Amino acid sequence: MANISIEAPEVVRGQPYPGAPDNWKRFFTFSTDHKVIGIQYIVTSFFFFLIGGLFAMIMRGELITPEADLVDRTVYNALFTMHGSVMLFFWTFPVLVGLGNYLVPLMIGARDMAFPRLNAVSFWMIPVAGILMMSSFLVPGGPSQSGWWAYPPVSLQNPTGNLINGQVLWILSVAISGVSSIMGAVNFVTTIFRMRAPGMTWFRTPAFVWAVLGAQLIQLYGLPALTGGAIMLLLDLTIGTSFFAPERGGNPVLYQHFFWFYSHPAVYVMVLPVFGIFSEVLPVHARKPLFGYRVIAASSLVITVISSAVWVHHMFASATPGWMRMFFMVTTMLVAIPSGIKVFGWVATVWGGKIRFTTPMLFALGGISNWLFAGITGIFLGSVPIDLHVHNTYFVVGHFHYVLYGAIVMGIYAGIYHWFPKMTGRMYYEGLGKLHFALTYIGTALIFLPMHPLGLMGMPRRVASYDPEFAYWNVVASIGGFLLGLSTLPFILNMVSAWIRGEKAGNNPWRAYGLEWLTSSPPSVENYEATPVVVSGPYGYGKNEPLVANTPNPGLTEFPESFTQKPTS
Amino acid sequence: MTAERAISQAIEADIREHQEHDEAGNSKFGFIVFLLSESVIFLSFFVGYAIFKTTTPTWYPPGVAGLETREPLINTIVLVSSSFVIYVAERYLHDKKLWGFRIFLLATMLMGAYFLFGQAVEWRGLPFNYQSGAFGSTFFLLTGFHGLHVLTGIVLQTLMLGRSFIPGNYDNGFFGVEATSLFWHFVDVIWIVLYILIYVWQ
Repeated sequence: MANISIEAPEVVRGQPYPGAPDNWKRFFTFSTDHKVIGIQYIVTSFFFFLIGGLFAMIMRGELITPEADLVDRTVYNALFTMHGSVMLFFWTFPVLVGLGNYLVPLMIGARDMAFPRLNAVSFWMIPVAGILMMSSFLVPGGPSQSGWWAYPPVSLQNPTGNLINGQVLWILSVAISGVSSIMGAVNFVTTIFRMRAPGMTWFRTPAFVWAVLGAQLIQLYGLPALTGGAIMLLLDLTIGTSFFAPERGGNPVLYQHFFWFYSHPAVYVMVLPVFGIFSEVLPVHARKPLFGYRVIAASSLVITVISSAVWVHHMFASATPGWMRMFFMVTTMLVAIPSGIKVFGWVATVWGGKIRFTTPMLFALGGISNWLFAGITGIFLGSVPIDLHVHNTYFVVGHFHYVLYGAIVMGIYAGIYHWFPKMTGRMYYEGLGKLHFALTYIGTALIFLPMHPLGLMGMPRRVASYDPEFAYWNVVASIGGFLLGLSTLPFILNMVSAWIRGEKAGNNPWRAYGLEWLTSSPPSVENYEATPVVVSGPYGYGKNEPLVANTPNPGLTEFPESFTQKPTS
Repeated sequence: MTAERAISQAIEADIREHQEHDEAGNSKFGFIVFLLSESVIFLSFFVGYAIFKTTTPTWYPPGVAGLETREPLINTIVLVSSSFVIYVAERYLHDKKLWGFRIFLLATMLMGAYFLFGQAVEWRGLPFNYQSGAFGSTFFLLTGFHGLHVLTGIVLQTLMLGRSFIPGNYDNGFFGVEATSLFWHFVDVIWIVLYILIYVWQ
């Protein structure tokens, strides 16, 4: 058996095709292969993750003492602005688009995305936009200091008087990444609607694909609103129109509506694919079908719909009328229901399973526990009376970092480890992976948990100096921050060394059930030699029913018997 | 090689052919998705306009009582009827009558150009500019952003007209023309909403 799994990929590699798996140079070309683009997205965004993490660690270094002594206050403002913008626009969004790009066509049995060239264009806009945003460190006045949400009137101040200033570069950079996201969303939605393999009905489609669809639909209806707001902000800033400038008769609160109409659902753009990753990883490593698959799949689209009407909960303190506060408080509570359904389904999936505590499984379970915690503080923040008290304090910072780091980043790690053998054909090192998990989980708790008591004590966010009574928890948080910085080292070491000389993994090291495991690792250019014909739903663990009617890659023979229908004659 | 595998390969060859032939279908689906998304930008501008109009204490700048509606109405009629003209052009192409297609497409372009010309004349004659409070800013934003779309539509039509002179270009389907036409209808519908919002609701 072991022999076959080593031999099998060689059969496929024997065929000459452009950009064979060993050819690393293709990652620096305008490739239209969704798998190359997926890895390009993941690796590029990881670089931005390191940059954003560096900003965060400088900030934590500043906050280790109550005085503003490490960096200047204006530099601190620029740092938190850039940290938020880089982490969202150039790490979380693109890395999840990258995972989606790699996995969706494989999971639905397609040869590529619907528009391969558009796909490549969308990717190459990300480094361009990222470099543009970084270049704002070089212009007079430095980068934008108005936070990642760029509220006017702060964002309309232009102390240097130059046309090219940090804020303008910020808007342009966000606009380019927005265009890239829209093109990506059109591509994903078309691919998922029209290119599923024959026999793959909606309720035979993996939960990850549902989740990506839900996320990309949000991009389509939400991002244009932010684009509209950004155009108006740019015009206000450059040619002196009066949309948001109060002194010229504009309405600054309207910008907040434009911004949050997209940027709250944007949280779901990031968290839905992570939900999808949880739904894929848990059944494989617990050897059980996903509990309540149909409900989990459909709840992604329920979240897509409800999340379009929750945005004002960011603005309870923006002179919002009472009826609006009530309405959006109720919708915010409502959106917790489909998320709760998912958590219930995951717990029930793991319950009584034959659990293997591999690195992806650890990250998935850790991510779910953090998501549960973040969800509970989210309910706190969604209720008007509590929100008015903790608005603009570290409680909010702690909450959304639990979402973004605790749940989303850990989910991304789970996905990367889980599909690493598929992407590279090699196995990562389990020991380093577990070390990475331990550092990440402890670091997350150390840095983000103390932010909750700090917020309840009244420490405002976005300040470089603070009252000495907050010092204790800030020191703890800073230690956690440096630990998180440290935690990336075993990850990088693991990924790079395993990619170069890790043990050959075979095509299906997890003995997982799913179309992507029916092809070679790494898959050849068009994924499958023959289009798979799907005959049953995903997650058939313990059911002993075939997944496909044909053998999509006749050269590969090491799949479990139950994967393909046995010939009857 | 079992009979089953032979059957499944036959099915799959069928499907593959279907998928490859349906690239135009994918493109059309994707383009409609894109237009729906694009319409949200206009929708957010419209909502912004309505909020500005209902909440701003002094809506019109000093010395402005309202907007002239007669010339814009003529403009509207020209633009809306051009949607029918481009439809006729598309029908001609469908029937492989290239010259009919070219003439009606050219007519559409002229009508679009007339619209832009009328818009420019109106802009020049206005007693306020884009810095005249929320009214001036939103007026120029809405008409300007729509005007850019009209211009884009004319550029697309020019490309489609040019490509009709490449022999056999439209023999195997004409997704580009369909997309251009769809885009033009979209620009028209947006204008109707915009006209009602800005000129009728004063």
